[in-house]
Amino acid sequence: MTETHNNQRKQFILLLSLAVGMFGFAYAMVPLHPVFCEVTGLNGRSSMGAADPIAISQVAPSDREVTIQFLANVSHGMPWEFRPTVQQLRVRLGEMYATDYYVRNRATQAVTGQAVPSVAPGYAAKYLHKVECFCFTQQHLDSGEDQHMPVRFYISNDLPEEVQTLTLSYTLFKVPAAQTMRLASSKL
Amino acid sequence: MVAQAEEVIQHRSKLLAYIARWLLTTNHKDIGTLYLCLSFTLFFIAGAMAMVIRLELFQPGIQFAEPQFYNQMVTMHGLLMVFGVVMPGFVGLANWQIPLMIGAPDMALPRLNNFSFWILPFAFGLLLSTLFMEGGAPNFGWTFYAPLSTTYGPPSTDFFILGIHMMGISSVLGAINIIVTIFNLRTPGMTLMKMPLFVWTWLITAFLLIMVMPVLAGLVTMMLTDRHFGTSFFSAAGGGDPVMFQHIFWFFGHPEVYILILPGFGIASQIIPTFARKRLFGYHSMVYATLAIAILSFVVWGHHMFTTGMPVTGQLFFMYSTMLIAVPTGVKVFNWVATMWRGSMTFETPMLFTLGFVILFTIGGFSGLMLALVPADFQYHDTFFVVAHFHYVLYPGAIFGIMAAVYYWLPKWTGHMYDERLGKIHFWTAVIAVNLTFFPMHFSGLAGMPRRIVDYSLQFTDFNMVSSIGAGLLGLTQILFLYIVIKTIRGGEKASARVWEGADGLEWTVPSPAPHHTFEVPPPFPPMMEDNERTPLNE
Ligand code: HEM
Ligand SMILES: [Cu+2]
Repeated sequence: MTETHNNQRKQFILLLSLAVGMFGFAYAMVPLHPVFCEVTGLNGRSSMGAADPIAISQVAPSDREVTIQFLANVSHGMPWEFRPTVQQLRVRLGEMYATDYYVRNRATQAVTGQAVPSVAPGYAAKYLHKVECFCFTQQHLDSGEDQHMPVRFYISNDLPEEVQTLTLSYTLFKVPAAQTMRLASSKL
Repeated sequence: MVAQAEEVIQHRSKLLAYIARWLLTTNHKDIGTLYLCLSFTLFFIAGAMAMVIRLELFQPGIQFAEPQFYNQMVTMHGLLMVFGVVMPGFVGLANWQIPLMIGAPDMALPRLNNFSFWILPFAFGLLLSTLFMEGGAPNFGWTFYAPLSTTYGPPSTDFFILGIHMMGISSVLGAINIIVTIFNLRTPGMTLMKMPLFVWTWLITAFLLIMVMPVLAGLVTMMLTDRHFGTSFFSAAGGGDPVMFQHIFWFFGHPEVYILILPGFGIASQIIPTFARKRLFGYHSMVYATLAIAILSFVVWGHHMFTTGMPVTGQLFFMYSTMLIAVPTGVKVFNWVATMWRGSMTFETPMLFTLGFVILFTIGGFSGLMLALVPADFQYHDTFFVVAHFHYVLYPGAIFGIMAAVYYWLPKWTGHMYDERLGKIHFWTAVIAVNLTFFPMHFSGLAGMPRRIVDYSLQFTDFNMVSSIGAGLLGLTQILFLYIVIKTIRGGEKASARVWEGADGLEWTVPSPAPHHTFEVPPPFPPMMEDNERTPLNE
C-alpha cells in the first residue's frame, strides 16, 4: 500500500512538472519565434537591426534588376500622415540605394511612433538588407511637426531567381506613453 | 412548539448534510455525476445561445441581435461548448467508468478530484457573469486572436482570462489524477495492452491535456500582461508579433480538438463490440492509431494559419502532416466497420448513436481533408464551410459520443433501463436535425458566406433558413433527452448486472445500480461475466 502511495506521489510530481514545463514552453516560443522567423524568412519579418555596410563593398553588383515597391500603413489610433516619397524603384542587386518616407504628426500633442517593417514575399526578407532605417529607432514628433526619414538598403546577389518584385512595407504604431518611458529608461 | 422547532432543525441539518455530501464528496461516482450535471446544464445554456445565433441568421438583415451582441453569443457559445460541455462531459464519464473498468476502488487522488470539480462551477460562473458586465461579454470568437482580445477586448476580457486559468488548472489536475489512477490501480492481470479502449483513449487524452492546457494558460497570461503591464508579446509596436499569438493558440488548439474526440473514439470502441456481439477488430492497431493521432496532432497546427502569409514550404509541411492524420483515423473507422462485419447486430439506442457517430464523423473528417488542401483552404477559410466541418466532427462526433455513452451506461448508474422507444425517437430526430442544421452550411460556405458575421447577402437565405429550422428541432430533441434521463433516474425496468447481452468488461460484473463502493478488493481478470457465453475482449 505504501509503495503504491510513494509511486503515486512520484508520478503526481512528475506530471505536475510536465505541466509547469509546458507553461514555460509557451514563453519559450516568444524568443524562439522571432529567431525562427528571421532565419527562415517565415512571416515576412524583416530585420529591425542594421545590416553591415562593409559587406556590400565586398560584392560586385550583378546585372540583375528587380523592382522594389514601398508601402506605408498607419495602425489604428495613430494620428500621423505617413507615405513613401517614391512608390517604387528599379534596383540592381548588390548596389546600395537610398529613399525616404514622409511623416507628419496631425495630432494636437506630441506623439512617439515606431515603424515595423515587413517584406513580401516573406522568404525574400533575408535578402533585403537595411543599412539605415527609421525603423531602428522610435520617432518623436511634436504637434504638426513633419520630417523625411531615410532608408538605405541593398539586395544581395543570391536573391532567388523567381523573385522579380519585392514589397517593403512599414506599419507605423503609436507607442503608448508608458512604454516610451520604459524603453527610454532601459536604454540608459 | 418544541416539536416544531426540532423539526425545523432536523430539516435544516438534513439539507446541510445533503449539501455537504455533494460539496465534500470524494467518491468517484458522485464526482462523475457532478461533472455530468454541470456539462448538461452548460449544454442547455450554450445551446440557448446557439438558438439566438440561428434565430438571427434565419433571415438576412439584423432582427434580434445587434452585431456586438451577436459576436458575444458566438464567442460564449464556442467557449462553453468546448470547455464547459464536451470536456467536463468526458471527464464525468472518465470518473464514473475508469475505476469501474479497471477494477479500482476509486480514483487515485480522491480529494484532488473533488477540488478539480469544484473549481469549474466558479470558472464558468465567472465566464457567464461577463454577459452582464459593462461593455459586454468577450466578443472576439473562441479563438480570441490578438489584437482583438488585447488592444480591442472589452473590460470583461480579464474575467475571461481568469476563467480560462481556473478551468485549465481543473483540467490539468483532473488529467494527472486519471493517469495516476490508470498507472497504479488496475486490477492484477490487466496489463496496459488489456485495458478497455475507453481507458486507453482517456490515458492518451490526459497526456494531451497536461501538455497543452499549460500552453493555453501561458497564452492568456501573456494577454493579461499585454493588456495591463506594458508588455508587447502580441503588439507589433513594441516589437511583438500578433501572428505569434496564432502559433501559440493553435499549438494548443489542434491537440485540443483531439482532446474533444479521442474519448469519443474510445466510447465507440466499447459500444460497437457489445452490439455486434463480436470482439473488437484490431485492438492493437486501435491503440497505436490513437497514439499516432495524438503525436501527429502536435505538428499540424499550421493548417489553421494557411492564410497568414506562410512560405510555401511551411504550407506544404502542414498540408502533408495534416493529411497524414487521416491515415490512423481511417484505421479506426476501418476497424469499427470490420467489427460490425458479420456480427449479429442489434440497434439499441447506444448503438444507433454510435453508428451516427461513425458515419457523420467521417463526413467531418472528409471536409477536414478538403480544408487541409492549401489552395482550397484559401477559399474556404473563415467561411461557413469551416463551421460545417467542425460541427460535423463535434456534434455527431463528441456530443453523439457522450450521448451514446450515457445511454450505454445509464442502466449501470441508475439500475433502471431507459425508455427504448423514446431513445430511438431521440436518435432519429437528432440525426435528422443535425444534418438539416449543418449540411447546408457546406453549401453556403462554398458559395462564400463568411463566418462570425451577423448579416449575410440575400443569396444565402434559403440555406440559412433550413439550418435554422434544423437547429430549432435539434434544440427540442435535447429537452426530450433531459426527460429520458430524468425518467430513467426515477424508475423503469430493472437492469441486470450485465445490462447488455453482448457487454464485456469489469464494469458489468458489479450489480446495477453500481453500489457506492465497488472493487474494495481487486476483482479477478479477465472478468467473470454473469452468464457464461462471454466473449473476452482480447486474449
Ligand atoms: C481528418 C481529420 C481532420 C482534418 C484533416 C482537419 C482539418 C482542419 C483544417 C485544415 C481546419 C482549418 C480550416 C480553416 O480555418 O480554414 C480545421 C478547422 C477546425 N477543425 Fe478540423 N480537421 C480534422 C479533424 C477534426 C476533429 C476530430 C475536430 C474536433 C473534434 C476538429 C475540429 C476543428 C475545429 C473546431 C476547427 C475550427 C477552428 C476555428 O477556426 O474556430 N477537426 N480542421
Ligand atoms: Cu486543426
